[in-house]
Amino acid sequence: MAKAKSKALGYLEWWVVFLLPLAPLGWLTYNAWIFNLGADPAQEIVLETGVWAINLLWITLAITPLRRVFKLNWPLRYRRMMGLYSLFYAAVHLLAFATFILGWRWDLLLKELSERPYIIVGALGLLLLIPLGVTSTRGMQRRLGRNWLKLHKLVYPISLLVMVHIIWQIRSDFGEQLVYGLILGFLLGSRMYFYLQRKTRVMRAARAA
Amino acid sequence: KIRESVRNTALSTDDKLTPYFHVMSYNNFYEFGTGKKDPARHAQNFQTDPWKVEISGEVGKPGVYNLEDLIKPHLLEERIYRLRCVEAWSMVVPWMGLSLGDLLKKFDPTSKAKYVEFTTLHDPDQMPGQRSRFSTLEWPYVEGLRIDEAMHPLTMLAVGVYGNAMPPQNGAPLRLVVPWKYGFKSIKSIVKIRLTDKMPNTTWNLMAPQEYGFYSNVNPAVDHPRWSQASERRLPSSLFNPNRVDTLPFNGYADEVAELYRGMDLKKWF
Repeated sequence: MAKAKSKALGYLEWWVVFLLPLAPLGWLTYNAWIFNLGADPAQEIVLETGVWAINLLWITLAITPLRRVFKLNWPLRYRRMMGLYSLFYAAVHLLAFATFILGWRWDLLLKELSERPYIIVGALGLLLLIPLGVTSTRGMQRRLGRNWLKLHKLVYPISLLVMVHIIWQIRSDFGEQLVYGLILGFLLGSRMYFYLQRKTRVMRAARAA
Repeated sequence: KIRESVRNTALSTDDKLTPYFHVMSYNNFYEFGTGKKDPARHAQNFQTDPWKVEISGEVGKPGVYNLEDLIKPHLLEERIYRLRCVEAWSMVVPWMGLSLGDLLKKFDPTSKAKYVEFTTLHDPDQMPGQRSRFSTLEWPYVEGLRIDEAMHPLTMLAVGVYGNAMPPQNGAPLRLVVPWKYGFKSIKSIVKIRLTDKMPNTTWNLMAPQEYGFYSNVNPAVDHPRWSQASERRLPSSLFNPNRVDTLPFNGYADEVAELYRGMDLKKWF
């Protein structure tokens, strides 16, 4: 009885976590439908989907430190889902840019890519995210073995590309970039800390032996 | 509603107007926040009455004047101008106001008046953007024109839009409109006009001189270092039509203003 109850709760939790990241997309779709996105709906959609691609990537990166620092284990179950959602929003972000802003004009696309370097950096980040999404299944994880972990360390350079992508767009106010940068600094810094700690432990053990 | 105005058709474009709703809800006015919707949200209680303007420097009649007294002697005109933002979007707006030159002449500029410097109100209590700790812009916002640019008949001081008094988010109660330059040159909520013999500082130029020049004439051949200026999106755009149009030299006003820059290398004096 108790088991069945906790199973039901587990399902509920899964559905809530699964549906929550879709809310921004739902909000955008609804407001686009009722023409409530202002004078430049294209820009609004591109901006919001980009923001959520980053938010979800940062959430993905937060799950390991949450476990190590705060002993919070349950989010680990959703790390893959959050990563895939980040890829999903990044893909919508790029598709919206190409469709709504460029109107698929290839001449403009080439010009934009060559003249707006931050677009290249962002596109590179998305490109590198794709193999991570493709190899996110359990089968792929098994097949790649140790290499899977190595491959998925790509998420660190990707997060740095994302930072460059948004810093390069600063007009005059860097408040948002500062917040994202500080959070990322903590997320990557904690990994560095644990890595160094493990290394000294191994070295000490080697010396003792 | 403000005073009657007369449409100046000779100076107006036939381009399709950007609806009033978008003109007053999609704004760059960093004193009220950097988001496009921030000014409409944060400027509604902005106090614009009474409003004084200081006119100083190389003029025969310097002083601090009430806005009504400055405007009263002039016939207000409605002019439909293209507005091209440096961010590569544009609108078409029916402004109401008067030629800046007509107003300046009343104060007897001296022969040493080579430039005009404008200053926006500095009031962090009313303008949350001026309180931001992360802004790299210095306040108050300052802008400037060469005297011949200021005296050009296209250069306008606007007090209204779409037949209504200027909404605060659009730069109430008094703003500049220079249609052949990028939008940020058209300084909002002006409190000081100073005529001078030296080229004045301008806010965006102070922050990033390699990106924003003193002249900032609309020019499809000179790109912003981080993006192209060759084309623009005419707002409102819709999702199925980006409404992209080629950008014209001097925003389409080359016939009227190109002679002001004859012999100048526009790539150098961008």
